[in-house]
Amino acid sequence: MIALLITLLAPVAGALVLAVLRPLGPAGWLNVAVSTITFGAAAWLTWTVAASGEIAGYSFRVDDFNVYLVALTAFIGLTTSIFSRPYMRHVCDTVLTRKRGMRVYHSMYQAFMFTMLLALTTDNLGVLWVAVEGATLATVLLVSLYRTPEAVEAAWKYFILCGVGIALALFGTVLTYFAAQHVVSDPSAGLTWSTLYRHAGHLEPAVMRLAFVFLLVGYGTKVGLVPMHQWLPDAHSEGPTPMSAVLSGLLLNVALYAVVRLKMLVDGSLAASAAPHLAGYLLMGFGLLSFLVAGLFLHRQRDIKRMFSYSSIEHMGLMTFAFGLGGPLATFGALLHMLVHSLTKSAIFVTVGHAAHIAGTQSIERIRGLIRTQPAVGWSLLIAVSAIAGFPPFGVFTSEFLLLTATMQAQPWLTVALLSGLAIAFAGLFRHLHPMVYGAPPEGQKPVRANMLPVAIHLALVLWLGLAIPGFLAQWLDRATELITGSHLL
Amino acid sequence: MSPTLLPLLQQIVLVLAAIVLFTSFVLLAQARLVAAIHAFAWQGALVAAVTTVVAATGQTHHLYFSALLTLVLKALLIPWMLHRLTRRLALDRHVESLHRPALVIMAAVALVIFSYWLVLPIVQQEMTFTRNIVAISLAVVLIGLLMMVFRQQAVAQVLGFMSMENGLFLAAVSATAGMPLVVELGVAFDVLVAMVLFGVFFFQIRESIDSLDVDRLNRLTETAEEGIVAAGRTTPRAVAGEDG
Amino acid sequence: MTAVAWGAALLQALLYAALAPLLVGWIRKVKARLQNRRGAPVLQPYRDLRKLLVKEARVAHTASPLFRAAPYIVFVTTWLAASTVPLVAVSLPTAAIADIIVLVGLLALARFFLALAGMDVGTAFGGMGASREMLVSALAEPAMLMAVFTLAMSAHSTNLASVIDYQLGAFALRPSFLFALGGLILVAIAETGRIPVDNPATHLELTMIHEAMLLEYSGRHLALMEWAAQLKLLLYGALIANIFFPWGIGQSFTPADLGIGLAAVFLKLLALGAALAIGETVLAKMRLFRAPAFLNLALLLALLGLLSHVILEVGA
Repeated sequence: MIALLITLLAPVAGALVLAVLRPLGPAGWLNVAVSTITFGAAAWLTWTVAASGEIAGYSFRVDDFNVYLVALTAFIGLTTSIFSRPYMRHVCDTVLTRKRGMRVYHSMYQAFMFTMLLALTTDNLGVLWVAVEGATLATVLLVSLYRTPEAVEAAWKYFILCGVGIALALFGTVLTYFAAQHVVSDPSAGLTWSTLYRHAGHLEPAVMRLAFVFLLVGYGTKVGLVPMHQWLPDAHSEGPTPMSAVLSGLLLNVALYAVVRLKMLVDGSLAASAAPHLAGYLLMGFGLLSFLVAGLFLHRQRDIKRMFSYSSIEHMGLMTFAFGLGGPLATFGALLHMLVHSLTKSAIFVTVGHAAHIAGTQSIERIRGLIRTQPAVGWSLLIAVSAIAGFPPFGVFTSEFLLLTATMQAQPWLTVALLSGLAIAFAGLFRHLHPMVYGAPPEGQKPVRANMLPVAIHLALVLWLGLAIPGFLAQWLDRATELITGSHLL
Repeated sequence: MSPTLLPLLQQIVLVLAAIVLFTSFVLLAQARLVAAIHAFAWQGALVAAVTTVVAATGQTHHLYFSALLTLVLKALLIPWMLHRLTRRLALDRHVESLHRPALVIMAAVALVIFSYWLVLPIVQQEMTFTRNIVAISLAVVLIGLLMMVFRQQAVAQVLGFMSMENGLFLAAVSATAGMPLVVELGVAFDVLVAMVLFGVFFFQIRESIDSLDVDRLNRLTETAEEGIVAAGRTTPRAVAGEDG
Repeated sequence: MTAVAWGAALLQALLYAALAPLLVGWIRKVKARLQNRRGAPVLQPYRDLRKLLVKEARVAHTASPLFRAAPYIVFVTTWLAASTVPLVAVSLPTAAIADIIVLVGLLALARFFLALAGMDVGTAFGGMGASREMLVSALAEPAMLMAVFTLAMSAHSTNLASVIDYQLGAFALRPSFLFALGGLILVAIAETGRIPVDNPATHLELTMIHEAMLLEYSGRHLALMEWAAQLKLLLYGALIANIFFPWGIGQSFTPADLGIGLAAVFLKLLALGAALAIGETVLAKMRLFRAPAFLNLALLLALLGLLSHVILEVGA
């Protein structure tokens, strides 16, 4: 419990202190320090849960499913903060005239971490909603940090679309609470997920069905599911690069986590009804649509960050599809994919940040010859994109392979769609990647100071997961799988 | 259940809820910004009134607190903030030209019917007198959504957003006699923070496009990228890179 | 019994004709006081009518027989329509035809002849007034029907007497009635040519609607037309007063009941008239192009009434 408290309170304290800390240098270091404390506490929490099972109480609940995301969130939060310190300093020295913007940046970075962790650990569906909405509020000012017309537009779009989506999710939450009132005797426990899950079988199917549609559309907006994805490419491409990394690597995961938790409730409620797999089918439909549409859109992109945000949509679609497919194999694969995608995608965004600095633009057509100008950045980009595209030695390959196998078992004809989607996305990525890495560098292109350590760590982890999933992690994911689907894989 | 069978207080709740729906329509069609803010304040006050009366009819005392919260937040604080913002942005006399108002109103009526159809399964579940209001509240939510789609003015869009929140709150009150207190406080906090951020954004938007017509925020499209690149788009990152 | 009942019905019809100018006089008086004028006496409309009735009626050369017949037709249909609306008592023998749809039909007939008469002489103003009148009524009629159907759905009858009986028997606060009331008031304002749709006190060519159609009339023809307009105003007043606030209306034909009914409707109409006068003083006449928006609001209110009846009052 103490570990949990530290995990949650460290970012809050950090946000408050950073909100008043004016000098930029210490603020950057403090940001890293707070992230380190958070990560330490999260690791401790993880160890506690792994050793002695789930922690529940005070309307918090940490079980095998969310503790793994807590650890992932804290870890990526840490590495991104390490990356962001010199990066944002650089931005600040060169373009950002308003130093106040940097205070907002650091403070909101920690506030964002807090909302993410709160959303993951809370047991109350209402608090979950508040936290996810809070994550939007924390990040929306960061997207418009540069104050260019494009950035302001992206932020406004992000704000409005996510605000609307999340409002629909609140309606779904109200409906869930309504259904719970007939089942749970204590009305104040009517939004507690674990209580609801125990009584899921008695929740009124008609109401839960309607509630899930609203919840899926609401949280699905945050996941970036097509057709509610419009905000995502804009927000990712116009915000500062560290923000893109955490948005893509973390926020989407948390939203998907919420969807999966709710799906578990709805599945329980619909189990005896005429359409028991309704929630699963909905997820599969939205997931597959996002997967295919985003894969096609990859080809048309001209902005490098925009391209990778479409890649995020594609992968979120794949995970959504897998969770919808259900069953231990698909769920295990989806959990693994969540992990490797977050690691790889945040590594990509960090690399892309450096690449954009080298080329002085985000336009794909004008980023050329990275590998000659600065081999570290060029190679990282090449490796990271190979990883995300699903090349064999990396973890993404493993998880995608598992997902394909699961699909082949459950819905064989959908494998065709998945495979062609993967091929389209692969072609889209490499078509743009090749000239960026190997092309002739323009005159006078100089290397920049880059800290490739976070990237190296992330890619090494992904490689490790691809070569051999360590036993404890496999056990752990397996326990999460059991929690979600009710049966073991291993 | 015909109204004649209900006690007077419950009849009042139904009438108030119907008027809340009407204020949604007023918001949707009101071209004058200040008048729309007033309509929004009235809507907030009506929602607070519904909450108070529901609290009085049942044994749900924590609803009095929610009603007070709504009154202060939605009927006083947020309208006041919007008023101040419109004054500072010199928008007090702003009149938006609405395209095809009759068509939009008809769409809103269709949304009312749609929400009625949508919540029928819930209505059949419950025998409390407020169950019929769930459809009204969903309609308020959807009309707020319609307003955000259809109005181009940033302040009007915010009004739509806030009236969606009103609808959600009404839904919570009518379907379940309110949410747990901690959730309600959290939601209220989020709404307040959102309002402050919207205020910040009004200035940022005006700074960047010299107007608050969000319609003119249209640089980011899938196909326009070419034009921007050709026009020598210099983003801060571009400058940063050149300097570095 | 039936003789008494028919007597009461006849009495009520005569009352309509007799009271109509009084209501107009009252509204004018209140308006004058609100504008800090002394104003004409309340009985002035009677004097105007008498004066017009004794004057010679002049008719244009180009006028057809329709022009001469129209005032009589308009007056009689309006009067007939009025006599179907319960004024002092319900359950009159005329209740059999006191159907709301009949009422709307009779009023439409009167308007049709009014518009024809306006066009008959062939002057520009007459045609313009007629076309404007038809524009307003084309928008007002659906709103009126919709409002009326809202009431009918609650009472399960389109008969006015049954609606009033239903209201008396099972009174409740109904959102649908509230909306229907709002819609009906707007329709009444538009149909009787009051501010903000039309201004009965002006002959300004740019804005007038009703007066434009009467420009060619004089003498007894004009008197009948004006009287019909006054009757229409009273009709709407009685409709609103008795459907939405039915208290006091006579339920039997004893003199006491009828007396109370008369006093009650008198008070209600005085209040309504004063409210209308206040409204006309506060509001400005709107441009003709805004009239559709005004009537769309009426339609919306009526529609919301219908929807809120279905959603809030029927219950599944």
